[in-house]
Amino acid sequence: MAIQQISVFLENKEGRLAETVKKISAAGVNIRALCVADTRDFGILRLITTDNDKVKEALSDSGAVIPTDVIAAKMDDTAGALSGILQILAQAKINIEYLYAFAGAASFGAYVVLRVDNTPAAEAILQAAGIATLTNDDVKSM
Amino acid sequence: MANYYQPEIETASREEILAIQNEKIVKQVKHVYENVKYYRDLMDAKGLKPEDIKGVDDIKKLPFLSKADLREAYPYGLLGTDIKNCVRIQSTSGTTGKRVVAFYTQHDIDLWEECCARAIVAAGGTNEDVCQVCYGYGLFTGGPGLNGGSHKVGCLTLPMSSGNTDRQIQFMMDLGATILCCTPSYAAYISETLAEKGYKPEDNKLKAGIFGAEPWTEEMRRSIEKGLGIKAYDIYGLTETSGPGVAFECEAQTGMHINEDHFYAEIIDPDTGEVLPEGSKGELVFTSLDKEAFPLLRYRTRDICVLTREQCPCGRTHVKMSKPMGRSDDMMIIRGVNVFPSQIETVLLNEGYTPNYQIIVDRVNNSDTLDIMVELLPDQFSDIVAENQKKERALEIAMRTMLGIGPKVHLVPPHSITRSEGKAVRVIDKRKLHD
Repeated sequence: MAIQQISVFLENKEGRLAETVKKISAAGVNIRALCVADTRDFGILRLITTDNDKVKEALSDSGAVIPTDVIAAKMDDTAGALSGILQILAQAKINIEYLYAFAGAASFGAYVVLRVDNTPAAEAILQAAGIATLTNDDVKSM
Repeated sequence: MANYYQPEIETASREEILAIQNEKIVKQVKHVYENVKYYRDLMDAKGLKPEDIKGVDDIKKLPFLSKADLREAYPYGLLGTDIKNCVRIQSTSGTTGKRVVAFYTQHDIDLWEECCARAIVAAGGTNEDVCQVCYGYGLFTGGPGLNGGSHKVGCLTLPMSSGNTDRQIQFMMDLGATILCCTPSYAAYISETLAEKGYKPEDNKLKAGIFGAEPWTEEMRRSIEKGLGIKAYDIYGLTETSGPGVAFECEAQTGMHINEDHFYAEIIDPDTGEVLPEGSKGELVFTSLDKEAFPLLRYRTRDICVLTREQCPCGRTHVKMSKPMGRSDDMMIIRGVNVFPSQIETVLLNEGYTPNYQIIVDRVNNSDTLDIMVELLPDQFSDIVAENQKKERALEIAMRTMLGIGPKVHLVPPHSITRSEGKAVRVIDKRKLHD
């Protein structure tokens, strides 16, 4: 299952990231995973949170905030786990736009978050390969 | 059918208008010569006496006034009457260091407000309208001018002044504003904000907008008209001549009628000062025919435009000026190429972007650089870096085609470009700092 990630378009200026994260914390939302892409002109903050609606509301006046669908695929705690997932996607000719990883407690495990060019196809292929993915409900209860 | 505020003068025959102008200019030159030493000295230097001006055909003999003269004569040097006869001043923002203070007698205020009333009626305004004025009030002429015009027409006037967009929208929706008066960039901003709040164009009661005080393009007009569900009318004026209402658009939307019974317009070659024939593109020069306190003769506006006396379907007979195609001081020379901000705006609107942009010109290693910051709408943003960069490249190519030089385009988040909510700061030329 795909999960919803929140992407925030940030001005490339000192304090912008601090300001944004502060608003999220003021809304009482926990950030579970994040990744920042920086370019010449702007930053893109990508967030997995416990309450996306609250985040959207908290950031409504701070520029562009868009929800995006990503896949969070579970990685076994063994060498080569990520490599295996990437191989499966490569063989299916699925292009990865970006990825980042995060880990929870030992019982929760580690996940790779993937934004791909064809989300439904990637989900089906990972499922067929027996790789667990998170749902929106999983994220809320993390 | 067209509506007029003062039909007898707005649709007068050319002969009648000319007769009014001839009579007024003779009196006005005499008034200025007797009361304004600064201009008397300029006339004396040319060996001109008031008797030499027998009608508007002789206006071309008179010396020009420019912004430099206004600075030189600041503050009282061009005052045409005793302070006891004056009731108000207005002033320009002075953001470019060229503050202008203009004076008004009650007669001057009345004629200015009448000009604004003509503009409001031309936009369909009647005493049944609710007119929301969100030009700045105070020293800026925008608010007081349209406010006065709206009173004269008998509209219910909402004297909002600029800024506080949430409050603007609340009053607009709650009180059912039907006419909106503000700068075009603020109208675009209100339109975007309404859309962000989930309002559709048909949700507001607006029917017309009167937008001026800064340059805007046809593309921007269409985008505002669509976004607010209105007809958008241009209005022109400058503090030096009185304020907005010197010229205004009628329903034909093909140029602005100059209130010729008060302001005599010429088009000159900006280099030689020579008067050009009707239809020529050149610098607009105004002579105030009957203002008492600040009676500028042959004031060079720096606006480049064209005048036409072609018959207008609205029935008005006053000469029409085109939308200014640029100001001689708006024009940037970048790597030897003339660039107008309006060209950049045209590209943005054609490519589906907002007209919210900022131009930064600098000089690095003796070569000019041109950077254009462009605000994205939230739904234009992708969280994939390459997608946004592709948009930047495509805009750079479109800009190069239009301008003849290649700029660097930078996409920035919504609302990140500073807006004064009055006049947008479009150009930052850092090269000037090195002089």
